[in-house]
Amino acid sequence: MRAVRVRLAPYLLSLPGWFWLGLFFLVPIIAVLSVSLQTGNPDTGYNLTWHFSEFGTVLSNYNGELVRSFLYGAISTLAAFVIAYPMAYWIAFHGGRHKSTYLFIILLPFFVSFVIRTLSWQFLLSDNGIVLGTLKNIGVLPQSTHVLSTPFAVIAGLTYNALPYMVLPLYVAIEKIDRRVVRAAGDLYASGAQAFARVILPLSSAGIFAGFLLVFVTNTGDYVNASILGGPGTTMVGNVIQNSYLSNQDYPTASALSSILMVLLLFVIWLYARVFGTEAVEEAVV
Amino acid sequence: MRVSYAVREEELQETSTPADVSLRNVVKMFGDTVAVDDITLEIPRGEFFSLLGPSGCGKTTTLGMIGGFETPTSGTILLGDTDVSRVPAYKRDVNTVFQSYALFPHLDIFGNIAFGLRRKRMAKDDIARRVAEALRLVDLPGYERRKVAELSGGQQQRIALARALVNEPRVLLLDEPLGALDLKLRKQMQTELKRIQQDVGITFLYVTHDQEEAMAMSDRLAVMNAGKVEQCGSPREVYEHPATRFVASFLGASNLIDGRVASGAGAALAEVVLSGGERVRVPGERIAQGQSEVSVGIRPEKLHLDPVEEPAREGHNAITGQVTFGTYLGVSNQYVVRGPGDTDLVVYVQNLGLRAPGIGDTVRLSWLPEHTFVV
Repeated sequence: MRAVRVRLAPYLLSLPGWFWLGLFFLVPIIAVLSVSLQTGNPDTGYNLTWHFSEFGTVLSNYNGELVRSFLYGAISTLAAFVIAYPMAYWIAFHGGRHKSTYLFIILLPFFVSFVIRTLSWQFLLSDNGIVLGTLKNIGVLPQSTHVLSTPFAVIAGLTYNALPYMVLPLYVAIEKIDRRVVRAAGDLYASGAQAFARVILPLSSAGIFAGFLLVFVTNTGDYVNASILGGPGTTMVGNVIQNSYLSNQDYPTASALSSILMVLLLFVIWLYARVFGTEAVEEAVV
Repeated sequence: MRVSYAVREEELQETSTPADVSLRNVVKMFGDTVAVDDITLEIPRGEFFSLLGPSGCGKTTTLGMIGGFETPTSGTILLGDTDVSRVPAYKRDVNTVFQSYALFPHLDIFGNIAFGLRRKRMAKDDIARRVAEALRLVDLPGYERRKVAELSGGQQQRIALARALVNEPRVLLLDEPLGALDLKLRKQMQTELKRIQQDVGITFLYVTHDQEEAMAMSDRLAVMNAGKVEQCGSPREVYEHPATRFVASFLGASNLIDGRVASGAGAALAEVVLSGGERVRVPGERIAQGQSEVSVGIRPEKLHLDPVEEPAREGHNAITGQVTFGTYLGVSNQYVVRGPGDTDLVVYVQNLGLRAPGIGDTVRLSWLPEHTFVV
């Protein structure tokens, strides 16, 4: 009797977790999928009619936004990686006693609300704001320069907001690298650049994988940066979903787009995991 | 031996450079601390040379400077005829076996051993052949596709050795490579290392704090203390004739008795009056001209312990003392005898089954003059 209880204990202990997941993850997903198959209008209500053609309609209406989302997501993820890697590397290898202080400084702006932070970027990048205004006044930039409402502004915002999610996993991975192994590479005729490419970079692959995953998924589905820093030409799929749902109350369109976004993201991640090997995925998850 | 190493041995005969590694007045400072204090050493080609000393004596820093991981504050390091004092590690014809092995965890055994050859842009077929050869040399043939984490500590140690040796460096540096192994495996690897070194004929520079290990493997060794080389010579020279008090006590056990030179410095046999008044003879060459206050040293295994009633041994130095302590060790008995000037002397007596002296017995300790050293 006791032996059975002991054997069952792990399963019983994990039950609340499964219940939570079932309630707040599985149910909404099923709801979203079912809503995407409904027809109707905000006045008369919606009914489940297994209307699969909604997917075709949103795909043809919003393929531009979908492509743009993945493009912005990919570019901002790469940019965040290029900026974050040297920071994480420097803190891990040269931060000395103050490693946690440097990490805290990187996290500090994130104690401010996401929306406020992005709004302050709007203020910074406005046509006559601190940055552009000053540069225009001293004649470095022509008076006609715009940054807001351009893809550059949206991608810059996405990149900025993603930085800590890139720095932290990279830092954890780089910090774990045995410095003596790097020294061994130097002993075996590897120059600094070769030691980096052949030893440090592969040994931080788990962090690279985790950072890419976190940032790419978040940024591809983002709508805040595009709505605050972007313009009519930079609408992302997140903005369409938000508008359909909250403004137009067109629930089937919003749900269908959400489902498509989710499936596409899962596909990209699957592809990515295939290329980088399952080991990295496991390491990233652990 | 394997073809490539055989070629190297022929080279060895043709060229007659005086030394593979030369250190000239090398100093290394860390801030205000002197880690290595004016070291000059010459290590001839093909020698198994050890740097022996306690932790913090500067031996690992010295190795690091030869490997290129540290830059000397002053002085010159030569590999052959080339001054490499300021040459970065990756451009030096030197490889290291690290204490922690430092194998690359993301590469398999082949990738680890081939790492250096690949950086040298060697042809693929040659790399495969050389890796297989190196694995045979360290007795792990066919291990190419294993992963580092699958191997035991002893096997990882061999891979670290193969990874360095496969490059056929001018000098192989070994930084306490056996430190992490258990005693039995360590003894086995000592013999193995010596065999491999004789096989490949590469100069080995070995760093250790274990005097037994250094004695067992080295052609010559340098005993270091506080950043300086205290003595350099063959294990026999250094053990039998320690030059300083530090060497005498660090390398094996020593009995040291204070005394004053009475006569004959420079003669065949000199006479020293011990603090208890006894006169002993020591080889005159071991006393410098004008030296008067000295310590006379005898190794515990060189002492004979006899009852005072027995006649004195001819031609031997002799002192008397009281047994204060005895320990049975199986292969031998170890006694502590209170000798001249209340100095405690340690004596090893081989267990031949003779009657053992008791605590408090007065005994005579005698030894041959040539077994005496002076520091």
